[in-house]
Amino acid sequence: MKATPVPNLVDASFSSESSGLGHQVTGGLDTRHGTILTLEDIGVSFDGFKALNALTLYIGVGELRCIIGPNGAGKTTLMDVITGKTRPDTGKAYFGETLDLTRLSEVEIAQAGIGRKFQKPTVFEALTVYENLELAQKTNKSVWASLRATLTGEQQDRLEEVLVTIRLAESRHRPAGLLSHGQKQFLEIGMLLTQEPQLLLLDEPVAGMTDAETEFTAELFTSLARKHSLMVVEHDMGFVEAIADHVTVLHQGHVLAEGSLAEVQANEQVIEVYLGR
Amino acid sequence: MNQPLTLTAARTVGPRWTLGIAAVALAILIALPLLSLLPNDHPLQVSAYTLTLVGKILCYAIVALALDLVWGYAGLLSLGHGVFFALGGYAMGMYLMRQASGEGIPAFMTFLSWTEIPWFWAGTQHFLWALCLVVLAPGLLAFVFGFFAFRSRIKGVYFSIMTQALTFAGMLLFFRNETGFGGNNGFTGFTTLLGFPIAAPGMRALLFLLTVALLVASLLLGWQLARSKFGRILTAIRDAENRVMFCGYDPRGFKLFVWTLSAVICGLAGALYVPQVGIINPSEMAPTNSIEAAIWVALGGRGTLIGPVLGAGIVNGAKSWFTVAFPEYWLFFLGLLFIVVTLFLPKGVIGLIRKDKET
Ligand SMILES: Nc1ncnc2c1ncn2[C@@H]1O[C@H](COP(=O)(O)OP(=O)(O)O)[C@@H](O)[C@H]1O
Ligand SMILES: [Mg+2]
Repeated sequence: MKATPVPNLVDASFSSESSGLGHQVTGGLDTRHGTILTLEDIGVSFDGFKALNALTLYIGVGELRCIIGPNGAGKTTLMDVITGKTRPDTGKAYFGETLDLTRLSEVEIAQAGIGRKFQKPTVFEALTVYENLELAQKTNKSVWASLRATLTGEQQDRLEEVLVTIRLAESRHRPAGLLSHGQKQFLEIGMLLTQEPQLLLLDEPVAGMTDAETEFTAELFTSLARKHSLMVVEHDMGFVEAIADHVTVLHQGHVLAEGSLAEVQANEQVIEVYLGR
Repeated sequence: MNQPLTLTAARTVGPRWTLGIAAVALAILIALPLLSLLPNDHPLQVSAYTLTLVGKILCYAIVALALDLVWGYAGLLSLGHGVFFALGGYAMGMYLMRQASGEGIPAFMTFLSWTEIPWFWAGTQHFLWALCLVVLAPGLLAFVFGFFAFRSRIKGVYFSIMTQALTFAGMLLFFRNETGFGGNNGFTGFTTLLGFPIAAPGMRALLFLLTVALLVASLLLGWQLARSKFGRILTAIRDAENRVMFCGYDPRGFKLFVWTLSAVICGLAGALYVPQVGIINPSEMAPTNSIEAAIWVALGGRGTLIGPVLGAGIVNGAKSWFTVAFPEYWLFFLGLLFIVVTLFLPKGVIGLIRKDKET
């Protein structure tokens, strides 16, 4: 099957400088200075062990950032902090200019527009592929609204579109629990697409995918950037090379280096602790 | 997996058959009370004993259905649903006691040498207020309990143990004479309901029909919920609560809604149980009662709604036969039944029907 990047997400009019620069207002979120995510001096410790240590990181509006680093560097913990699952002991975490992530609950953060794909694919196994996408879809998510919810034509079209994009149109009525590992990865990415967050956090999205699937995912992510901001944790260097604007290298809970992939690969310290091994 | 029966059975037995069986079952349930009105010497007459027994089992079936809503769909195993059933029953019982004592105060209060009716009995001589209490007492208790339990993210075994403790505490409280609900004797000796004799054949038939109506209404409501997006979110919460939060839903509200609804349905069942059976006492809140309800659900098939209704029917039908034939073996049989179901029928009786048709 041919790759079909999400058509209406590819905005033909995007400007090349929208990556982390300039003035943008994104769907009600205040991103005056072009920064969608601000993390300053973040510290997280588990029983004295510092999983994150004075970590400072900025992600620009529309940017596609890759985070690399050895196992245990704190990449997943970083996502836990951003999504409210783990509270930092120190530091500031802002979504846009005004939303203090350390004060919001997980649900509020998700509603504010941060979506997340987990390292271990988590889909709702008892529900069908279609129902999984429907559940994630951006809409009023209160109890009352859910009791009365019916899909509008527009919403149905959107679900169809995403089904095609993630190549699961034929499996729409299958319970998600019966999908292969790679298909579950795609379903979870599809759920992020219907959720329409402004910032997408993706934890090792191509783990367990075939080369063709990886290539397709790279294409998909590139098409999402600009209109969305993405933060992708990945080990696969080929994949990182294919997609990243900027790369951040994490080591022992700290930012070791930042820049283009070529730059960080040339960095002495990085070679020492990570790439050289 | 956990689709309502409409889907499950329709796929296996065929929609026409499913509808046919349901129609026959409903026709029998409606015919029973009518046949009970026949003269005593008529061959088709249904005895008051049979009608009361079936009516009682129908009330239990409603409890099983209510429990399935929270356990089968939202994954909250309650081992304390007896307390909601009993509260609904007590609320109705208060009204019946007031009917029985007329202008005076209920007899058990006179035995305690109370001269005045306690404040929480105020208004219970009015049928409409009693009906409000039937809904409010279990509903408020469930709401408050659920609010704190879900806010503290209490789940799984801890939640089950807390519900068990809740019903046990309720039982101990109601055992005390000073609590004002007749102590261990509870309420009995009812005479009239809305001025009509409560044991009259017409009244029995009416109460039975109301129970059938409540069961049918609860089933329809349950199916409606299970088929709605709300139902799918409950299933999602059951299987991956964290993921649901990251999708932007607050699981607490969803759990609280279905939990309170379930308690209210139980309360209504209790309110219909008391006038039919003629007694309510704290043993309805005994922990074992609530555990038995969980067995009905497991036996019938979790998350199928109709399964638990059948489960309640099968277990209680067997129970009433056993307690006449071999009373001392009932608990052994129940235990055995539970083990067999857990080992061989993980999807309950409904799963059995489905499997047979597939092979
Ligand atoms: N809940 C936790 N309790 C204790 N230690 C933890 C916890 N979560 C993560 N860690 C530790 O923090 C470090 C960073 O983990 P993680 O963020 O998962 O790394 P990565 O995703 O980069 O491989 C690891 O050493 C891990 O053992
Ligand atoms: Mg990780």
